[in-house]
Amino acid sequence: MTRTLLTGNGAAAWGVRLAEADYVPAFPITPQTEIIETLAGWYERGEVAGRLVTLESEHSMVTAAGAAAATGVRVFTATSSQGLLYAMEMLYAVAGWRAPFVMVNVSRAVASPITLESDHTDILAARDSGFLQFHCATCQEVLDSVLIAYRVAEDARVRLPAIVNEDGFTLSFTREPVEVPDIGSVRAFLPAFDPQGMEFRASRPVSQAVAVLGGSQYSYFRYEAHLATLNALAVYDEAAAAFASRFGRRHPVVEAYRCEDADIVFFLIGAVATQARDAVDRLREAGRKVGVLRPRLLRPYPAAALRRALAGARAVVVLDQNLSMGQGGVLHTELAAALYGAERAPLLVSFIGGLGGRDVSAEEFYEMAAVARRAIDAGVAPEPRLLFTAGELREIRKLQAIAVEERKRTGGQA
Amino acid sequence: MFRIRFHGRGGQGMKTAGQILGSAFFLEGFEVQDAPRYGAERRGAPIVANVRAAHAPIHERGAIARPDLVVVADESLIPVPAAGVLAGISARTVLLVISAEPGEVWKARLNLGGPVIAMNAQAEAGEGGGLAYAGAACAGAAARLTGAIARERLAQAVHDELGGRGEGAARNTLAQALAAFDAMKAHAGRVGEGAEIAATRYTAPEWIEVPFDAARVSAPDIRGGATSELAKTGVWRTLRPVIDYGRCNRCAWVCSTLCPDGAIRVDAEHAPRIDYDHCKGCMVCVAVCPPHAIAAVPEREAKGIEA
Repeated sequence: MTRTLLTGNGAAAWGVRLAEADYVPAFPITPQTEIIETLAGWYERGEVAGRLVTLESEHSMVTAAGAAAATGVRVFTATSSQGLLYAMEMLYAVAGWRAPFVMVNVSRAVASPITLESDHTDILAARDSGFLQFHCATCQEVLDSVLIAYRVAEDARVRLPAIVNEDGFTLSFTREPVEVPDIGSVRAFLPAFDPQGMEFRASRPVSQAVAVLGGSQYSYFRYEAHLATLNALAVYDEAAAAFASRFGRRHPVVEAYRCEDADIVFFLIGAVATQARDAVDRLREAGRKVGVLRPRLLRPYPAAALRRALAGARAVVVLDQNLSMGQGGVLHTELAAALYGAERAPLLVSFIGGLGGRDVSAEEFYEMAAVARRAIDAGVAPEPRLLFTAGELREIRKLQAIAVEERKRTGGQA
Repeated sequence: MFRIRFHGRGGQGMKTAGQILGSAFFLEGFEVQDAPRYGAERRGAPIVANVRAAHAPIHERGAIARPDLVVVADESLIPVPAAGVLAGISARTVLLVISAEPGEVWKARLNLGGPVIAMNAQAEAGEGGGLAYAGAACAGAAARLTGAIARERLAQAVHDELGGRGEGAARNTLAQALAAFDAMKAHAGRVGEGAEIAATRYTAPEWIEVPFDAARVSAPDIRGGATSELAKTGVWRTLRPVIDYGRCNRCAWVCSTLCPDGAIRVDAEHAPRIDYDHCKGCMVCVAVCPPHAIAAVPEREAKGIEA
């Protein structure tokens, strides 16, 4: 085991290298490209066996990934943001093929307006696609999750493709110390892919996308995929336990940080979770009983584990780094669904923050906890709030003043 | 925790500076996080690299809001508001500017309460050193200013980060890094580790309700070319393309068509004219000109000629 500095993208590539993926269909997009560049370099120099092929789009790339997995080889691919959206039709399609492979999505906010920096609207658009979803908070977790994801995805009780998600920039371009396991231990944890009879060949055609009419067969196939997705919860627990005993790093399905006696719990996914841990440490120093709760898996949704972890909490600060137009934060909605009907369910205080890579400051974490405290005292949760300051709006107004001048100059109406 | 920000332009090696410093801290047994931050721009655009180092795992993320040290590789960035060079600087922040002017001049000019150090990298870095590439010097100087990194660890970090880029490049970079490290001897350990913000005493964010604006105002549209005209992207340039009209054969299309920014126009006499307010200095025209009539002149030299 070597401890070295790696970006999230470097960690992802190392995960793929150690998983000994056979085939990588690829298409570049910022901030993902470094993953396939790293893999391409290794393949080109003959350091690792495997084949990387560039496709003409993400749509074709995901199709190739599913088709290759159906031949019984271990497949990896990666994308981000607009690329994930462009591939969306095939995400749903290949998940139905029940051919397992792993895709890393490097979260980047979606257009319009277009940007490069991170939020989770892209990955949550794939929420209902049938892919398992793993969400990472550190570069180490990116590497570890790729390995765990293969093991879970390829398990006979699951056999579904999986997405490992890392935040663009915040993880993808950020170097942190990462332990890189040795290949022998990884092989023991993740044996060679057993294709369980999948043997799609040119000489032996298989129709993966069988057409069904009338609804009952359709219902059956879709529900089977749902049941397999639910199975992934128990399979994940086994895999995480095996991973912990072999590598010493624990990745429970739900990370509960200082939640035991917490009145107020921050609920979020992704890299912002480490900032929440820092804020919790400072708030604890100030005598506040707070914690952080973070699901690593979002599909399947670990509802029972979340209910257990929140049994004693009085308020949950849900920080959504996404926005479902006309509804609000997706994590908020899903947590509300998980807690509905629970006795003494905590108040849910909803914040939308960190859209398009906007930093969330330590002071904002403290203030969110203060809002939750006031909600507990009042017995009612406030309206959802966007983390946005008067200073930020002033900057927008300045730009708009320029825009008005431009309109005049270009002959438009002011 | 040490919190260090490097400011420079794309091509000056700020990402590399962050990585060298990060590796050096890591070799010294620190936990490290190094993270460059940039947009879609090319060479010459403002770039920030953030480095955090501590003896415990680092959970903080994002841009460094309260730096202990700010290193500025290109002094022309300081007056550019979007570059954010002076953001979050307090009386305990050390500012290191690569500049021929002394630190006291910068301190007075910027009206700063904290220490300001100037480093004349061109002189210190010796042959091959210069403003175009300042990453190694910035990393070396920063390493000495923290007082937490030994000279041989810095050398090892340069080797680790640049070993793959050819022996010549690595040797040159190492010389620049070590020269800057040595030049900062008088200021060794000047940079201290900043404290965390306590949850008991903090300035609450001034959150507001975002008002509804009609789509005429709130749709993210841009009107014509006027926007790019107002943004003087020419200040990003580190190299300036200069046309030798004696060699230009008046083809009237190659450089002007291939300029990715539309910053070259052809006049009535078929001569290309470069709009230096908006040329970002990518040097595509220099590469494509069939008779090699365009030279790449360092911006500082070009300004000297102008003056």
